[in-house]
Amino acid sequence: MNDIWQGVQEAFSLIFTADGEVMRIVALSLAVSVSALVLSAAVGIPLGIWLAFRRFASRRLAIAFLYTGMGFPPVVVGLVVFLLLSRSGPLGWSGWLYTPKAMVLAQVIIAAPIIAGFTMVAVMAVNRNLRRQARSLGANNLQVTMTMLQEARVGMLVAVLAGFGRILSEVGAVMIVGGNLKGSTQVLTTATVQFTRMGLFERSIAMGMILLTLTFLTSLLWVLLQGGALQES
Amino acid sequence: MNDAVYSLDDIVMRYGDREVCRVSHLDVPPGSITVVMGPNGAGKSTLLRMMGFLDSPTVGDIHFRGELCTNGSEPSLAMRRRVTMVFQSPALFQRSVEKNVAYGLEVRGEENVQARVTEMLETVGLSHLAKAKTSTLSGGEAQRIALARALIFEPEVLLLDEPTSNLDPESVSVVEDLISRIVKERGTTVVLVTQNVFQARRLADRVALMIDGTLIEVGTPDDVFTHPQDARTDAFVRGVMVY
Repeated sequence: MNDIWQGVQEAFSLIFTADGEVMRIVALSLAVSVSALVLSAAVGIPLGIWLAFRRFASRRLAIAFLYTGMGFPPVVVGLVVFLLLSRSGPLGWSGWLYTPKAMVLAQVIIAAPIIAGFTMVAVMAVNRNLRRQARSLGANNLQVTMTMLQEARVGMLVAVLAGFGRILSEVGAVMIVGGNLKGSTQVLTTATVQFTRMGLFERSIAMGMILLTLTFLTSLLWVLLQGGALQES
Repeated sequence: MNDAVYSLDDIVMRYGDREVCRVSHLDVPPGSITVVMGPNGAGKSTLLRMMGFLDSPTVGDIHFRGELCTNGSEPSLAMRRRVTMVFQSPALFQRSVEKNVAYGLEVRGEENVQARVTEMLETVGLSHLAKAKTSTLSGGEAQRIALARALIFEPEVLLLDEPTSNLDPESVSVVEDLISRIVKERGTTVVLVTQNVFQARRLADRVALMIDGTLIEVGTPDDVFTHPQDARTDAFVRGVMVY
């Protein structure tokens, strides 16, 4: 118990003295996670909207693939990205392996289906009568679509939040494709694993506390952004 | 009827193998209130949705102001914007009351929106709720807002699907007065679906009766209520169970 308490105290000290190594890890984590989130949202939101609105022959199959993507085991994604980016792989020429770019790529593959899936469900959950009502009030097709998206905005924000949560907590894939190289690809999750294995508990506790704080702050930010929408729902 | 707003001929609507609506012929005269009566599941709402260009009949012709808008002839946006429908459940958007009422004007890119919204809210007696969230409204208030939202852009045709079915008598009176007023003052054509025979007697210029998905009788209130041609109509208006 004393060890844990001492670890917590030292973790606070590392955070509040802005320990160089800790800050470097936090900065890289945020850069990788935010980049991955932006790219995942850029892919996932339009894909989710498209699947919600479009009717085509193999739509069910496409949705089944999407659901499979939502449950991708991160280590499998890491393995696939590793094989693609390895020197003998089809994308080996890029030189991305063991760089933050590879980590972003892996995280996008993990998070984009989650964002797409939740977005699709959020849009489909909008009352069908609202769509008819918008049309009946004179909205053209684009205006109907925009109205439906506005109605689904809370669900879509949750979709992005779920994607970010997955990105922030991801460890297996980034460990494989990033290599957890100190100073270049070491992020909060991989550093937590490494420090724990090395017995540097004060550092691993500090990493864990920062991760939890980031998750909480992100959630709080989303709640504030949703503002009135949450109250109206 | 040459000047009919709607002329429906040989309309059949099927969902899969199930036939839900059949109308051999129906004309809707302009500037009048046509009340479509019938029990639950009679096909009244389906008929209304087809007239609102929200659903297309499986077969048959719908002419709007003499223009065919079925059988591959999609109604244009301009045509659609001459007609609006208020649903049985008010279907309000998750935004403030005034933004709901402004919706039809905004999608048309019209000006002077705020002033018109204020005026319309005064007309329905709900100015004090302009900033309110729709989730805080009572059933009666929500239905009046839905009506205000439909009336604000002065549609040529107003389709009302049981607009008073969940309202208290006072709200029913407010809504019925409003409907009568817009027909008288603006010459709006109203098609109103109801199960309420008394409401039909109070409002209708013409009455149509649907039973089991089929339009069985159309006429003036006197025709339908006093001299019904079909035994089922007679039974329905006398309140005898026919379904």
